[in-house]
Amino acid sequence: MTVSITSYLLVALILFCIGLYGALTKRNAVAVLLSIELMMNAVNINLVAFSKYGLHPAVSGQIFTLFSMTVAAAEVALGLAILIALYRNKATVNVDEMDQMKR
Amino acid sequence: MDTFLHYAWLIPLFPLLAFIVIVSFGRQLKEGASFVGILLTAVSFVIAVLAFWQRFHGGADDYKFVIDWLQVGDIVINMGFEVNQLNAMMLVIVTLVSLLVQIYSRGYMHGDERFPVFYQYLALFTFSMLGLVISPNLLQVYIFWELVGVCSFLLVGYYFFKPEAKAAAKKAFIVTRVGDLGLYIGICLLFWWTGSFDYEQIFESVGLGRLEPWMVTTAAVLIFVGAVGKSGQFPLHTWLPDAMEGPTPASALIHAATMVAAGVYLVAATYPLFIASETALTVVAYVGGFTAIFAASIGLTQRDIKRVLAYSTVSQLGYMMMALGVAGTAGYVAGSFHLMTHAFIKALLFLGAGSVIHAVHTQDVFEMGGLWKKMPITALTFLIGCLSISGIFPFAGFWSKEAILGAVYGAHRYDLLAIALIAAFFTAFYMFRLYFLTFTGQPRGKHEPHESPAVMTGPLLVLAVLAIVAGFVNTPYAPLLSEWLLASNTGTTIAALFGEGSEHTATWLQVLALVISILGIVLAYLMYGKKAVSADAIPQTLPWLYRLSYRKYYVDELYHYVFVRPLGWLGIFLNGFDKYIVDGLVGLTAKITQGIGSLHARAQSGQMQSYGAMVLFGLLLLIVAISLTVQGGGLFGFGH
Repeated sequence: MTVSITSYLLVALILFCIGLYGALTKRNAVAVLLSIELMMNAVNINLVAFSKYGLHPAVSGQIFTLFSMTVAAAEVALGLAILIALYRNKATVNVDEMDQMKR
Repeated sequence: MDTFLHYAWLIPLFPLLAFIVIVSFGRQLKEGASFVGILLTAVSFVIAVLAFWQRFHGGADDYKFVIDWLQVGDIVINMGFEVNQLNAMMLVIVTLVSLLVQIYSRGYMHGDERFPVFYQYLALFTFSMLGLVISPNLLQVYIFWELVGVCSFLLVGYYFFKPEAKAAAKKAFIVTRVGDLGLYIGICLLFWWTGSFDYEQIFESVGLGRLEPWMVTTAAVLIFVGAVGKSGQFPLHTWLPDAMEGPTPASALIHAATMVAAGVYLVAATYPLFIASETALTVVAYVGGFTAIFAASIGLTQRDIKRVLAYSTVSQLGYMMMALGVAGTAGYVAGSFHLMTHAFIKALLFLGAGSVIHAVHTQDVFEMGGLWKKMPITALTFLIGCLSISGIFPFAGFWSKEAILGAVYGAHRYDLLAIALIAAFFTAFYMFRLYFLTFTGQPRGKHEPHESPAVMTGPLLVLAVLAIVAGFVNTPYAPLLSEWLLASNTGTTIAALFGEGSEHTATWLQVLALVISILGIVLAYLMYGKKAVSADAIPQTLPWLYRLSYRKYYVDELYHYVFVRPLGWLGIFLNGFDKYIVDGLVGLTAKITQGIGSLHARAQSGQMQSYGAMVLFGLLLLIVAISLTVQGGGLFGFGH
């Protein structure tokens, strides 16, 4: 049995939507970060899927995914660091109260 | 031999220098500013006299110097100066009167807070007037013409804290502006038709008949409209009496001797244009004649000493215009001659009136009286001025008035002659009414008058001498001025057209004019000097006639209702239009933009999640839009 590209894309789509929903609705900043990771991984799945079944299959897609994961790891580290700094200042992880960007 | 003519351009520059110096150092100079003005004007006067002398005696030719100023296509516009007979005479008159007025003002304006400012204006005015006189082309004339108008505005509004002075200054500016517009159009038309602003080239074109007769008439009449505005001729005369709100020396300088003379001068300077059109000349003659009698009849009843003099000025300017209008060599000479004598006489009268006002602190003649004993020099010089302007033998006014009457008679304009004679009667009457009310009888004022200081009486004496002797330059027995003026280029043009030697001196006319003037004086004496005839006789029997004259024929009221009010309404309407429609539209645009902006600003909550939701929503919108609009649509356009 062969798994078509549609299945991969469908999984990635579902994953992305869950991530997006979480990123837009969760009140907890940690949960928002987690959701963003989900979206990132949905993209990674797409990259890998296209590197195998795309119009021009090439290994560069998979390599790019590795880069993407590395960058994502660094990004999360940074994000958490900011989050901790914010928590220390405001004693909250509720994103509704983090509206400093307004000013 | 004619070296001073080459340096004639310096004449206007000295007053300009005075202006600059007083503007720069006025605060430090304080009343010393007057010395700067007097000294530099004196230098101008000396050069003007030397140039005049060379022109008059040395037989020097017309001197003209121009530089290219602008080049527009093939047309070169010049700047420069010119000295000919007429303006050599004007240069001397303007510098002399200005010099005397400035000396006089030292006394009159003494203690005034803005003393240096007054001298600034005087210097700028003198510069402008001299520049106007010396200009060789109409464009340059127009520039100085406007400068003169500005100075007049400044000087009339010198006491700007008085509402009447402010209103008078505005009126002077706006009313003369009406005339200026005519002049401007006239100059533009002439430039269009002849391709030049230069007097010489315009006259040449006209002389060669390159212009259609209607063109010449139009241009001449339009230039005359400018002169009407500046010289206070009917129907633009209303500003001149109001302009008496300015300081009296300024009135003497501007509204009697020199600025109002600019209109007459302009007509005289562009005379070859006028003589090419019979219609234009007729217009000039009748406007002048009508103004002469109209203003004289108003002068009969005015109570303000300066206003009487102002109407007298208007009337005398009407005389000059009439003389110019009746054409011919005699008219040209008579107009220019009267321009000169009147400048001296009227400067004398105004300065005399200033001396009186200085002493009694009122301008109402019915509050004066008996000043003869208190201020003998002023009284004597004023008497000379009155005699001279009334045309009593052998004062200057006699000769020039006689020249005008002779010219009118010679041109067979008997209607104008009658007008002129009646106006002469009026002139004699109101001048001596003024004299008797002011200087004779019992003192009616509250103040204790005293003679003015020497710095004020000195100029009066000089002018009084001139008011006596100035007429002798052109008596019928020795017409020096006449011969000299007619020797100029303009003069020969006129002479060529009308023929030389059109002097129509009739002895009976001289005697008649003299008798009429004396009758006027006698009547004034009986009414106001001896009080043998009741001065109230006419106001009581014909009150409407008296009121008509006293209220200046209601011209001001007429203008108020016909022009000022409707224009005011138009202004209010346009202001409303601007405020509510134009501004409303602008405001509406601003409000809409602001509303949209505040709507957006509310979206900027600082909440990352709502931003994200908006981005998502936008993306969805884009996708929908693209899928709907792109041809062969479908979602993303795949699969087709």
